[in-house]
Amino acid sequence: MRLPYQSSIKIIRIPCTGKVDALHIMRSFEKGADGVYLVGCREGDCHFNQGNFRAKARVEHLQKLLDKLGIGGQRLQMYNLSSSDGPMFARYAEEMHQRILEAGPSPVRLALQKVKKRQSAKEQAVGAVL
Amino acid sequence: MIVADKKPIEEIIDYVKDHQSILVLGCNECVTVCEAGGKKEVGLLASALRMHFLQQGREVNIGERTLERQCDHEYLEEIRNNVDNYEAVVSLACGVGVQFTAEKYQNLPVYPGVNTLFMGANEMRGVWSERCQGCGQCLLAHSGGICPVSRCAKRILNGPCGGSTAGKCEISKELPCGWQLIIDRLKALGRMDDYEKISPIKNWSTERAGGPRKVVREDLKL
Repeated sequence: MRLPYQSSIKIIRIPCTGKVDALHIMRSFEKGADGVYLVGCREGDCHFNQGNFRAKARVEHLQKLLDKLGIGGQRLQMYNLSSSDGPMFARYAEEMHQRILEAGPSPVRLALQKVKKRQSAKEQAVGAVL
Repeated sequence: MIVADKKPIEEIIDYVKDHQSILVLGCNECVTVCEAGGKKEVGLLASALRMHFLQQGREVNIGERTLERQCDHEYLEEIRNNVDNYEAVVSLACGVGVQFTAEKYQNLPVYPGVNTLFMGANEMRGVWSERCQGCGQCLLAHSGGICPVSRCAKRILNGPCGGSTAGKCEISKELPCGWQLIIDRLKALGRMDDYEKISPIKNWSTERAGGPRKVVREDLKL
């Protein structure tokens, strides 16, 4: 099919969305991800029966936490599709991309950039003194 | 086990907002099993705190550590050498662990990261319910293994009250009447004669009403 989707999206393969821990998602945001979305099998189609339902519950729980932290729960989404449904995969990628464009850059990423700038300015100052 | 529930993140942030270095301290026992304060929850809270302070433009050092138990001297000693690197501790242990950590490290503010609730059982994934109130004088031998103190809202000892309807308690249609459970169990055991026996007035001084309690075992003391 060779369907295009945004190059800003990095795919991490996992055996089942049920394997995605809340900590994996939090660490992604902590490292500056603008958004995270899980793409699992259709509800009721999970090979492990409960995997995608577990992922959905974790996503809903973390959305509330991200809202409270001021990062925005909408930056985290869960989608379901059949593994052979390429067009739907591309559509969800575009939908998520648009969602993140609307939300803007993650406040954590902006904060991390500021920290890096401060650190490099400090290093330069130390270098100038030496 | 002791069952606890996570405190809201905003409450924890409010405790630690003025500190520059914070240790998030988990416990590998009960709170790990009820997924409120184990290694994973330590990671989640530490991550949330880091993101919060980053957004505020503050570089706060958040450390993570999970001890085997926080209610034993020997495990709490493990952090003695590096606890001085922190201004405060958020303990995700039950109230016992929080207090023991605070007693051990007198100069360090220790904040609770969970709300400790009760001694209970894991009914199913994600559901815990109360089974024991630690009354200090166990009655289970006479009540078919179901506790009237922890399962009955009124803690009455001689049969159900008038609020028991269709096997449910009057305080909630979802809550089984403790005494209905006891009667059903005694029937199943063929021990309804036990139900007829009148329980004497319970000595509540062994419960919390008698003040903070203590067990001293001379045979175990060193």
